[in-house]
Amino acid sequence: MQGIMESIQTLCSGDHGNEGFMQDDEDEEEENGVGRLTSWAELLGFGLAVFSEAIAPQLQCFCDRTLGFAVGQGGSREAWIKAVAMAMSLVRKAVKKGWVGALAPAARVMSQALSTASEPITLDIPVPFKAHKVETPSVTVETSAQELTNFFKTMFIMRRMEIAADSLYKSKFIRGFCHLYDGQEAVCVGMEAALNDKDCIITAYRDHCTHLGRGGSVLEVFAELMGRKDGCSLGKGGSMHMYNKKGGFYGGNGIVGAQTPLGAGLAFAQKYLKVEGVTLAMYGDGAANQGQLFEAMNISALWNLPVIYVCENNHYGMGTAEWRSAKSPEYYKRGDYIPGLKVDGMDCLAVKQAVKYAKEYALQNGPMVLEMDTYRYHGHSMSDPGSTYRTRDEISGVRQERDPIERIRKLLLSNNIATVAELKTMEKEAKKEVEDALSKAKESPSPDSDELFTHVYRKGYGAKAYGADRKEVVVKLP
Amino acid sequence: MVGALGKNFATFASRLRGGHGCDTAAAAAVWAVSKRFMSSSGESITVREALNSAIDEEMSADSKVFVMGEEVGEYQGAYKVTKGLLQKFGPDRVLDTPITEAGFAGLGVGAAMYGLKPIVEFMTFNFAMQAIDHLINSAAKTNYMSGGTINVPIVFRGPNGAAAGVAAQHSQCFAAWYGQVPGLKVLVPYDAEDARGLMKAAIRDPDPVVFLENELLYGESFPVSKGVLDPSFTLPIGKAKIMREGNDLTLVAFSKMVGYALKAADELAKEGISVEVINLRSIRPLDRETINASVRKTSRLLTLEEGWPQHGVGAEICASVVEESFYYLDAPVERICGADVPMPYAANLERLAVPQIDDIIRAARRACFRKEDMRQATA
Repeated sequence: MQGIMESIQTLCSGDHGNEGFMQDDEDEEEENGVGRLTSWAELLGFGLAVFSEAIAPQLQCFCDRTLGFAVGQGGSREAWIKAVAMAMSLVRKAVKKGWVGALAPAARVMSQALSTASEPITLDIPVPFKAHKVETPSVTVETSAQELTNFFKTMFIMRRMEIAADSLYKSKFIRGFCHLYDGQEAVCVGMEAALNDKDCIITAYRDHCTHLGRGGSVLEVFAELMGRKDGCSLGKGGSMHMYNKKGGFYGGNGIVGAQTPLGAGLAFAQKYLKVEGVTLAMYGDGAANQGQLFEAMNISALWNLPVIYVCENNHYGMGTAEWRSAKSPEYYKRGDYIPGLKVDGMDCLAVKQAVKYAKEYALQNGPMVLEMDTYRYHGHSMSDPGSTYRTRDEISGVRQERDPIERIRKLLLSNNIATVAELKTMEKEAKKEVEDALSKAKESPSPDSDELFTHVYRKGYGAKAYGADRKEVVVKLP
Repeated sequence: MVGALGKNFATFASRLRGGHGCDTAAAAAVWAVSKRFMSSSGESITVREALNSAIDEEMSADSKVFVMGEEVGEYQGAYKVTKGLLQKFGPDRVLDTPITEAGFAGLGVGAAMYGLKPIVEFMTFNFAMQAIDHLINSAAKTNYMSGGTINVPIVFRGPNGAAAGVAAQHSQCFAAWYGQVPGLKVLVPYDAEDARGLMKAAIRDPDPVVFLENELLYGESFPVSKGVLDPSFTLPIGKAKIMREGNDLTLVAFSKMVGYALKAADELAKEGISVEVINLRSIRPLDRETINASVRKTSRLLTLEEGWPQHGVGAEICASVVEESFYYLDAPVERICGADVPMPYAANLERLAVPQIDDIIRAARRACFRKEDMRQATA
């Protein structure tokens, strides 16, 4: 026994000190150690040492220190107890002195193994659905560690992106209109969890995050906001006109309410071409009183179109509270003959469940209305402080009690899907991703002057278009 | 056989023209008749039939084309333009809509964005004002705003301008309004050939087209050649047609007013004013080349439209000619337009509110610096 211990000690010898967890001259020592083995016991000891070395180097040191202590104390029971105690103090020291970073690789491997787990997790939605002319869906939702982690990461990126846009607007990189979505992230993220690439989304002007959810990149959002070439609309659309046809995202519309009949048209086309998909036509509480919405609802119900009308009720249409603009602010009931659900729009899982339910319904039976009870932290746009028609207490209250990102954070922690440290890492990575996209977007050039006259038509037949001075600037449209 | 007959008439007509003491009016009549018999098929169709057959053929050729509007299906069309289409193509492709222009125009635009090819009928373009936001902000501007990623291959069609006795809210001409918008194409057929060729071109076009028809032209017959009746026949968008060649004055018109222009040209020919009549066919793109080339030949311009004068189609044509062919003009440009009033109901007032042949003749004489009717002088 003594021989084994000695061999192990020799193998793992050297005071490692506080910095290097990795041994120097590792191979030389090993050769020396191997050369001294003479018995099966020593071989076993060697095997143990190799095994401990095979685990992360940090664990190796950890093991050998513990082992070394016990050996040094003679291998007695008391010695082992002392060794374990020392091991625990080592761990505490490591955490205190920030050696956690060194443990991180091992921890990350383990956490990745855990977080990519698509093992189903069943959770209950705390805020019940309210239904109009339809059964409520179950409050029990099936999700997974991976899905919840993705919710967190995606919403965090969206939040950082919108906050960055706020700064950009204030430093005049963004001009004109800028309507921010922070607070409402759970709606578009929860929706995407229930949709696929056959489905379409159309929304109004608060579209940056919706664009991201449909497959857009942060770079193309920033570049478009700043009017640069690499923007998703080549810099020619701006904040309110982001599109991604391949991803099934039809904007990005500046005229309040106009997107709802357009959405009915998308659903019409899906049905006409026998695509097994639905269209989500999104609008706000401000748009919910638009006549064309009711015209669209009438036709889509009459013709059984697979459209889901999603009212993002953030309770304020610009500066007008819902009770000041709608006789009936129960927007999920406003479809009258169209069934509706009221959903907690700050809960990704509730949104996912409702959209999943509505999609199944719409593919068979025609339209449904989903009212998402949500909230925007910013004002209506960057020119609205957002505090003249609502109190700061209200805003901070919602942020404290209902923030969608915090809700998912709590779920990740309470279900042991991620640790505080891991979440911090995810946040750091998200911040970096947004910062990188921002600096890249800032480097993107403005569009060439020729772009003034491109895309007026898909086919221009060489028709002439004139600039401000018609004798100076005349272009044949391609 | 028809050809031989035509040839004989032509010989007879030329002998008549060359003969002494013959009435030029009679010669002109014979000339006109012989021209008709000389067309290669001799078939005549109405504008309504032309539109119907064009839509029918395009729907047969491309399953993505569908028709939508009030009464287009079971009623066979408010003006019977879509007659028979429901029976042929079924209710999935010929859709009767409720009276909700904003809703169904928006639905059409959305379907076009996805990739279908809708033909949206407005019972008249007066009602399209309820949906005008979708024509302009949803249809016309989207290709540009999306950096070219989403185009809108839609046709908005229907009667435009004054009918007879339908008064103020049902008589407006919208050519100038839609013609101003970049991103739209605006077509204005006159005869059956225009109706067929332009409608087919419009349906095939990848951009939003506003197709302005005229209720009073639906029932008029025009001779068409075999080529026009071929399913592959289209007309180019943005090209005007010279209906009648002349040397003294360029008369530019569109839609129903082309017929008036041709009649006025016949009258003016009697007093020795040779009028070149241009049928615009397309308000946007506007064929400035053809108009200016003609004015450089004749040195005089007269524009003719039914719509209101201020900021009208004629205003744009005059500006274009003054900008590009100023030094060729021998006289100030002239415009004949509808009166600057909402359309009245009483028949006599209505007559005063729209251009008449006499108005065109008077303006033409003005452009030629002729004070009086010179017809007596040549008798």
